[in-house]
Amino acid sequence: MSLKVINPGLSTSIQDLGRPGYFHLGIPMGGAMDRFALRVANMLVGNPEGAAGLEAVFMGPTLTFEKDVLVAVTGADLPPKVDGVVQDGWTAFEVKAGQTLSFDFLKSGARAYIAISGGIDTPPALGSRSTYPIGALGGFEGRNIQAGDVIPLGETDMIEPELSVPAKLRRLPGKPAELRVLPGLYWHRLTPAAQEGFFADDWAVALEADRMGYRFKGGKPLEFVAREQPFGAGADPSNIVDGCYSYGSIQVPGGLEPIVLHRDAVSGGGYFTLGAIISADMDLIGQLQPHTPVKFRKVDMAEALAARATRKKMLAEVRAHLG
Amino acid sequence: MAQVLSPVPGTFYTQAAPGEPVFKKPGDLVATGDIIGLIEVMKTFIEVKAETSGTFKGYMAEDGAAISAGEPLAELEA
Repeated sequence: MSLKVINPGLSTSIQDLGRPGYFHLGIPMGGAMDRFALRVANMLVGNPEGAAGLEAVFMGPTLTFEKDVLVAVTGADLPPKVDGVVQDGWTAFEVKAGQTLSFDFLKSGARAYIAISGGIDTPPALGSRSTYPIGALGGFEGRNIQAGDVIPLGETDMIEPELSVPAKLRRLPGKPAELRVLPGLYWHRLTPAAQEGFFADDWAVALEADRMGYRFKGGKPLEFVAREQPFGAGADPSNIVDGCYSYGSIQVPGGLEPIVLHRDAVSGGGYFTLGAIISADMDLIGQLQPHTPVKFRKVDMAEALAARATRKKMLAEVRAHLG
Repeated sequence: MAQVLSPVPGTFYTQAAPGEPVFKKPGDLVATGDIIGLIEVMKTFIEVKAETSGTFKGYMAEDGAAISAGEPLAELEA
């Protein structure tokens, strides 16, 4: 049982929920950038939530299937088509053997998640099928999919194509997108004016935005509190003695353009990090197109944890809805 | 009249590099598969190709413009 790639789209990769546990060795967690969307897509076709599917960025692939399958597309509004007939997003539909699954132009969001009944069954690497192209790890031969690839699918009994998730249980960023930030270890390196300016300024997603990190531009350069740089930190005030980076941490090389580290990020380095995007908002970043206006909003730990609880509650509502 | 639509969001360019001639000028004949422009996104340049043949009418997006997916970039006369 397999699918065949006719056209890979722009940057389409196999992703599951990732491989946590190796970040201290420099191997990122990986996995879907919008984990909620991948979980829901899998639920819609009767897969375990962490089954591997396809993450398509901006542009959908063209695929054919060896046998009848159930498919669901969630996340970005990238309308799926079966033999040219448009299907609903966030809803399971059938693709029969020999039919072609393709996609219309992207309407909103950035990444669509394509779940297929049975899930993608490539060999796991370090416990995950997620593709980490920089390390040639996981996925299909450690890379994004290409035309002509024949990708194995798991065997499963197909459920009825009757499941759908209502609009109130879907999640896409607003305009401007609001990203909540918990100030962190090196927050004190910024002057009070720079601390205030970071949250007051209007930012926009830059063109350099991918699975490793999302860059933002448009705000004022950040001013640093003057200090004598410690040994090993280099001369630039945005440099520190090398430290650990976390998923979601925000570094600002040269104090100019903030970069939020995402699923395939490096695990450490010599840039100060002013804080981190709260975990509840990381899925939203995966749905931001270049040029999208963004506001950062300061929160404390209590609000960050409350937001996390709200995300969990929404996932529980989807589970309950889909039974 | 056919429009060439952008397949992806990003920044649109009507020439291969600054100072180079534009890919197409009004009146130019366009064959299916001809490059109409470039879109920069995710550290890569994607070639926008004509899906039909015809005569080039003009660009509908400016060089260096921020564009979204599905936005018209150029017009062709069949």
